[in-house]
Amino acid sequence: MTSPTASGIVSNRLPADEVSRNFDDLHPPYDPHEAVVAADRCYFCHDAPCMTACPTSIDIPLFIRQIMTGTPEAAAKTILEQNILGGMCARVCPTETLCEEVCVRETAEGKPVEIGRLQRYATDTLMAKGVHPFTRAAATGKRIAVVGAGPAGLSCAHRLATKGHDVTLYDARAKAGGLNEFGIAAYKSTNNFAAREVDWLLSIGGITVETGKALGKDMTVDQLQVGYDAVFLAVGLGGVNALRADGEDKDGVGNAVDFISNLRQSGDLTSLPVGRNVVVIGGGMTAVDAAVQSKLLGAENVTIAYRRSREKMGASRFEQDLAASKGVRLMFNVQPKAVHGSGAAAEVELEYTEEKAGKLTGTGKTIRLPADQVFKAIGQTLTTDAGLKIEGGKIAVTPEGRTSRLGVWAGGDCASGGDDLTVTAVAEGRDAAEDIHATLMGKG
Amino acid sequence: MADLSTNFLGIKSPNPFWLASAPPTDKEYNVRRAFEAGWGGVVWKTLGSEGPPVVNVNGPRYGAIWGADRRLLGLNNIELITDRPLEVNLEEMARVKADYPDRALIASIMVPCDEASWKAILPRVAETGCDGIELNFGCPHGMSERGMGAAVGQVPEYIEMVTRWCKKYYDKPVIVKLTPNITDVRYPARAAKNGGADAVSLINTISSITSVNLDTFSPEPSIDGKGSHGGYCGPAVKPIAMNMVAEIARDAQTRGLPISGIGGVTTWRDAAEFMALGCGNVQVCTAAMTYGFRIVQEMISGLSQWMDEKGYDRVEDFIGMAIPNVTDWQYLNLNYVAKAKIDQDACIKCGRCYAACEDTSHQAILMKEGRVFEVDDSECVACNLCVDVCPVEDCITMEQMAPGTTDPRTGRVVSGDYANWTTHPNNPMAKAAE
Ligand SMILES: Cc1cc2nc3c(=O)[nH]c(=O)nc-3n(C[C@H](O)[C@H](O)[C@H](O)COP(=O)(O)OP(=O)(O)OC[C@H]3O[C@@H](n4cnc5c(N)ncnc54)[C@H](O)[C@@H]3O)c2cc1C
Ligand SMILES: Cc1cc2nc3c(=O)[nH]c(=O)nc-3n(C[C@H](O)[C@H](O)[C@H](O)COP(=O)(O)O)c2cc1C
Ligand code: SF4
Repeated sequence: MTSPTASGIVSNRLPADEVSRNFDDLHPPYDPHEAVVAADRCYFCHDAPCMTACPTSIDIPLFIRQIMTGTPEAAAKTILEQNILGGMCARVCPTETLCEEVCVRETAEGKPVEIGRLQRYATDTLMAKGVHPFTRAAATGKRIAVVGAGPAGLSCAHRLATKGHDVTLYDARAKAGGLNEFGIAAYKSTNNFAAREVDWLLSIGGITVETGKALGKDMTVDQLQVGYDAVFLAVGLGGVNALRADGEDKDGVGNAVDFISNLRQSGDLTSLPVGRNVVVIGGGMTAVDAAVQSKLLGAENVTIAYRRSREKMGASRFEQDLAASKGVRLMFNVQPKAVHGSGAAAEVELEYTEEKAGKLTGTGKTIRLPADQVFKAIGQTLTTDAGLKIEGGKIAVTPEGRTSRLGVWAGGDCASGGDDLTVTAVAEGRDAAEDIHATLMGKG
Repeated sequence: MADLSTNFLGIKSPNPFWLASAPPTDKEYNVRRAFEAGWGGVVWKTLGSEGPPVVNVNGPRYGAIWGADRRLLGLNNIELITDRPLEVNLEEMARVKADYPDRALIASIMVPCDEASWKAILPRVAETGCDGIELNFGCPHGMSERGMGAAVGQVPEYIEMVTRWCKKYYDKPVIVKLTPNITDVRYPARAAKNGGADAVSLINTISSITSVNLDTFSPEPSIDGKGSHGGYCGPAVKPIAMNMVAEIARDAQTRGLPISGIGGVTTWRDAAEFMALGCGNVQVCTAAMTYGFRIVQEMISGLSQWMDEKGYDRVEDFIGMAIPNVTDWQYLNLNYVAKAKIDQDACIKCGRCYAACEDTSHQAILMKEGRVFEVDDSECVACNLCVDVCPVEDCITMEQMAPGTTDPRTGRVVSGDYANWTTHPNNPMAKAAE
């Protein structure tokens, strides 16, 4: 055992039982009594605002009513028909800025119906029974290549498989799941849920998974178009923006996404090294997740340094408060200037900023924070353009997901349009599948 | 997947969920949307005779009672039958039926209690191509003052007479809709059967005043300071309706007469219960009026899931399954002994069971150190009150005592034999055991 105050980047800062408690479910599952009480609060609104706010348009009032009347399995089916990763979305969706934000009971009482947890109750109930409620239509003989097995790719592949098409799902990594498996905070997806959900999804049949196959390295879009009737790209955003601060190359400075990915794949969290003084640069979900998980591993001081004001922060107020409640310090209007230290990082120098007429400028005033570990979480970037038209750093697509190239669709984080969220990726994958189907079957 | 389709009197519908004759079925616009939402059939809003239609009040026609969280439990109305011209309704019905041949469409009728009136309207209704008719002998307000509705339904002889006319002038199924505003529902049901009815449907609404305004002293809904009793429906009336259904289902004279169950059906479970008591289908009004047509989706998915779980392929597999278990009090097994049991893990320590039992029952719940509530078996008569007032489902349960064990309350050994009041020693009328 070391301790939170041990200097440097070390493992075993906290006892194993404390770490495992720390990484327990953020929102624990409902028991049946809680679920029925929570479901009872739904008013079954007409043209429900929650349903409109959900990027996958789940029929929320219906599924909650199905829970209320004792049929959570039917509720799960209602959810999964619209969103095949409804189980993961129940865990990771920022519901406070989606369905629950617009719940009429949020308006009335400041306490929305807890849609996310109800969704989890329903989908968990069905999955625990080992039921996959969909079957495949008669085989069409069409073959489709889906590149990237994150939420967008999985959702697209599943919808195509139900239509009777045969899908090959390629992924550069050794494991399917995308950021569900490698990115989402561990306390949102406990007990290996991401992998279990992928297995459950694939049980539809008709989807061949080929891991360790990267577009641009092992294959090209041209080749895929020869072998398949259609191609769907869902490669996410694999690159990371640079800090452009002096000392960025010092030991101890790394990408938040890599830290999280290691954490997610670690079999023993106590063995994971983390700094005593951690500074995370950025303001999105990734920044919050890296900061919170550092703290939960036992870092003594963790700071999120964001260059703009609180209101501008990408992470929702709920996420900010979550970080604060775990003891993370949130700093606003500071930007990284340099990382100091001989060889390894020892301090971060931040410059205060101000926004004038929408333009961010440094004030010249700086502050130094002790930092043996610095995480960059200032946005991810596209790594393969695959020769397609790019728009705002992403593959340009129509609302149906069509790219600039005939026969090639794209969706999820790598494509333009929509927020970078799991649920949006699922919606885009599903909608592209519908368009691919319509096109291949001559209805498009 | 369970097959939800029903064949009621030869009338086929894709599921047993029909909309009852009421505002939801008042016009073509509604009925088309209802069919699109998935309803298996509709009973069109009650038609009156040719000529100037009835008029409704121009102020509030509904009153209500609510449960916690303002959940609507009971609705009361003073609406009359359709206030739209007969021809318009008939034309619309014909159009809708032509476009939805797979759905049931029933005409509800209420005309004056003379043969000529019925003889005049029936051929017109037949021309629409609808699948059958329902005789509205139930409306307890307004129309009854004019000798129709409940005024007919409360006189078995009238029911039989009108039903006979309908069977004479109309050749498709005739359903008689019964009023609950009567002391013994078996009499009107028998009358309907004797008149040749193919089925009965029940219940129509129950005469009621839902509330009184304590500023104006007018009953609600108030029309310019006065109120009139209305008809009560919604979840609150379901127990009354189910009892009436069961009475008819097990009556020697009406046993086997098809029944369409109405009254408070809100979820799949309500429907399954009515059907278990012998209803071939159910009709819904208030639930649709409270939540919109879309609720039928929950009814369909729920019933289908339950049937799958139970292994029922078709609705006929469970219709009537509860009838043999409805009996008279005197035949209940008095040797069946149960005790309440509190699950300490589920208990949230509200103490409601204690208050209920201590103040109004048998002082059989003990409150111990740390708000621990326990049942004292030597006092518990198994009345079920604690179960009913507990806010947590299944926290308190009734556990049967095994035969051979001793009931600490009576000191008697529990017998495994069946014995009822008819042979009980305390019964002065008891037949001596032979
Ligand atoms: C740290 C972090 C936390 C997040 N937390 C949340 C959250 O709580 N809630 C939420 O809604 N969203 C969250 N997000 C966002 C969410 O994870 C993404 O929006 C979502 O995963 C996008 O799905 P996708 O399928 O487009 O891409 P990804 O999930 O990124 O999947 C892309 C897949 O493509 C593969 N791939 C990449 N390049 C290639 C190639 N050349 N050839 C073959 N395969 C390739 C990758 O290996 C990967 O499996 C978070 C993101 C991060 C980084
Ligand atoms: C506003 C209103 C109007 C009604 N009008 C009729 C009618 O015209 N004819 C009829 O047979 N029943 C009428 N009913 C009774 C319903 O068809 C039904 O029998 C009753 O409401 C019980 O069912 P429920 O609990 O599902 O509402 C009416 C009910 C309501 C609420
Ligand atoms: S529901 Fe309201 S708005 Fe509609 S007719 Fe009745 S009183 Fe008017």
